[in-house]
Amino acid sequence: MANTDIEARKQELLNQGYTEVYTRTKVLTDAVMHYCPGCGHGTTHRLVAEVIDEMGIQDQVVGVSPVGCSVLAYNYFDVDFQEAAHGRAPALATAIKRLNPDTFVFTYQGDGDLAAIGTAETIHACNRGENITMIFVNNGIYGMTGGQMAPTTLIGMKSATTPYGRRVDLNGYPLRITELISTLPGTYYVTRQSVQTPAAVRKAKAAIRKAFENQKLKKGLSFVEILSNCNSGWKMTPVQANKWMEDNMMPNYPVGDIKVDGKLVDNVDVARLAVDHPLTVMQ
Amino acid sequence: MTEEIIIAGFGGQGVLSMGKILAYSGVMQDKEVSWMPSYGPEMRGGTANVSVIISDERISSPIINTFDTAIILNQQSLDKFEHSVKPGGLLIYDPNGITHEPTRKDINIYKIAATAKAQELGISKVFNMVVLGGFLKLKPIVDKQYIHEGLEHSLPQRHWNLIPQNEEAIEIGKGLIEPVQVL
Amino acid sequence: MAKELKLMKGNEAIARAMIASGTDGYFGYPITPQSEVMETLMAEKPWEDTGMVVLQAESEMASINMVYGGAATGKKVATSSSSPGISLMQEGLTYLAGAEIPCLVVNVMRGGPGLGTIQPSQSDYFQSVKGGGHGDYQLYTLAPASVQEMYDFVFDAWDIAFKYRNPVLILSDGAIGQCMEKLYTRDYVPRWTEEERRKNAPWGTWGKPANRPHNIITSLELDSARQEVFNHKLQAKYAEMKEKEVRYEMLNCEDAEYIIVAYGSSSRIAMKAMQMAREKGIKVGLFRLITLFPFPSKQLAEVAKHVKGILCVEMSAGQMIEDVKLATNCGVKTEHFGRFGGIIPTPTEVLEALENKIIK
Repeated sequence: MANTDIEARKQELLNQGYTEVYTRTKVLTDAVMHYCPGCGHGTTHRLVAEVIDEMGIQDQVVGVSPVGCSVLAYNYFDVDFQEAAHGRAPALATAIKRLNPDTFVFTYQGDGDLAAIGTAETIHACNRGENITMIFVNNGIYGMTGGQMAPTTLIGMKSATTPYGRRVDLNGYPLRITELISTLPGTYYVTRQSVQTPAAVRKAKAAIRKAFENQKLKKGLSFVEILSNCNSGWKMTPVQANKWMEDNMMPNYPVGDIKVDGKLVDNVDVARLAVDHPLTVMQ
Repeated sequence: MTEEIIIAGFGGQGVLSMGKILAYSGVMQDKEVSWMPSYGPEMRGGTANVSVIISDERISSPIINTFDTAIILNQQSLDKFEHSVKPGGLLIYDPNGITHEPTRKDINIYKIAATAKAQELGISKVFNMVVLGGFLKLKPIVDKQYIHEGLEHSLPQRHWNLIPQNEEAIEIGKGLIEPVQVL
Repeated sequence: MAKELKLMKGNEAIARAMIASGTDGYFGYPITPQSEVMETLMAEKPWEDTGMVVLQAESEMASINMVYGGAATGKKVATSSSSPGISLMQEGLTYLAGAEIPCLVVNVMRGGPGLGTIQPSQSDYFQSVKGGGHGDYQLYTLAPASVQEMYDFVFDAWDIAFKYRNPVLILSDGAIGQCMEKLYTRDYVPRWTEEERRKNAPWGTWGKPANRPHNIITSLELDSARQEVFNHKLQAKYAEMKEKEVRYEMLNCEDAEYIIVAYGSSSRIAMKAMQMAREKGIKVGLFRLITLFPFPSKQLAEVAKHVKGILCVEMSAGQMIEDVKLATNCGVKTEHFGRFGGIIPTPTEVLEALENKIIK
């Protein structure tokens, strides 16, 4: 259904005495998403779109999509959008914002894009304190290309290129890029959230809202990591995958604010995370 | 008229700026000019050279391998460029640090003891203008008034107070140059 | 700023032309022999005057992708580099071409391969006109042979880039970049107003007004049939450029028995060699390429009908000569002469090559 039809149908139902409990935001298009059922991308898209809608900035937003599962994000957001080469979204966003300071600019990237091939662009955009919002969806794997190892793949975690589990001696450690960029003075707000439960979704949305509000206030770079399952890549059902994420991803990637209003949060021990990498066993 | 010049010496002797002032003076006199430096590691403390062409016609190549005039400020440059002077051309050198003199018999050779003179007068900063003065004495290809304009355009405005000193140095050079071999 | 007569390096001319032509943004990374471009921009502080944005990026990959991001909002955005840096930009260039984003890239060539040397070279011809990046695409490629052309071609680049929605490459080299020559500057062209940007780049991504569909800048098309249609569209655009936007210069070609074909600084050396040949009574002409893509094939073929031989002069192992032979259908004796790795041939060497390889 087109947005106008939805509006008409909604009005009809309200007139019949129904109460609105949930409606799709108009900042999402009618396109059918290609994401796997149960994947966190769909929810994260919706949260970003709702924030744009609620802030009334749809006509000022320019999004940048990555290479990876969310490469086609531009088809789902009804805002102006650019599709970047793999890893380069923060460079695009830098120039969009500097040349168009009145726009709201966000990148939407996955772990391979942001934390492997695009590490330099990520770190330098963060370090320059570009006044943009970065949304980082971390599912510990390359979903689009068929489940290969990502920089965020856990030790012991199986993937198409670590069929016997990730080994430190072969593959190095999982990269906690979010903690890493939290130590840069250019980042103003750094947080890790997840979208596997309604409570988590509400917190994630508040974080995304804060990230866009910071941009409005010209505070510098806001960075929101969203932990997501990749049930296809992990070869699990969505329910199993969410459980596995809570049991394995979250100890490695603790959820919560890391840096707020330009200051590291007191109870987050970034230094501890530099040495602590729990082993994961994946059946 | 076309004059093809190489100026060569150590980095820091003002080789490139001498060429630039000469070229800019040419521009002010409505000549065609080009200024082509050696660049890169050569610039960083080693030898430096620049080809300057001043002409009444459109300049073809700014990169040239034979010269009407070679202005030579160290031994390495003498060794490198003596043989690139066109027969009947002009070689000017500062004898400071020169251990073996030029040997060509088919060119005009002059020397100018600019290093010694500049030290004596305490004007080492405008040493290169002393040399330029010597050249202009022999080949007055740009007029005095345009040299003044060339200096104005080459130097940042905060250094315009040094222009009279530069012009004096040029005059000193005109008196300093002496023939070694004249055809 | 009014018209002025100046003495200026080619690299500085590029920078000043960017400011004067209403360029909105420059993103770059230092590399010899073109660092004066960004140095001049930083010293001039155009953001205080015209509002132009200048930023030193973390790499050439970031620079070219900043060009992508900025230019995709419908603004005039440029970068510059030298050969190794341009190699790093090839990914960005194919994306820019694939997304049809107008922009300006300047390559002040140095000797390769690899890190090579920092001295002038012309060995990036293939990279510039035969792809460089992947896919069937072309950059409109201008080859300046003087400081004045370094300056003027920046203005021309913006006209072509926006007329065709295509990246423009100015392919220069260390000799023209480092050389100082006389330059007439032009009156400032103001940066586009918001209205002009929207009129000239209606496809740009600057925030979607309620009354238009969202603009998407992408080079991705998962449907092969549609991608083929898009490729045909690109090819039609390149064909139109070949028809309408070819540029070249002919000197003494009317009565020439031999011609030299060259571009950029080689054409200046060739011009001197031509003069030397004429002094010796040899009727030599110069066919100077100004656009490398589109290549002036028809015009060169016409001239070639009346000559006994062609010498291609290029500071490479022989790249441009392939297009010369294609243009003339190998109908006339054609040889290459070049020095490479940062060595510049002398006019005397060029004349000797002409005599030994072509005339003899």
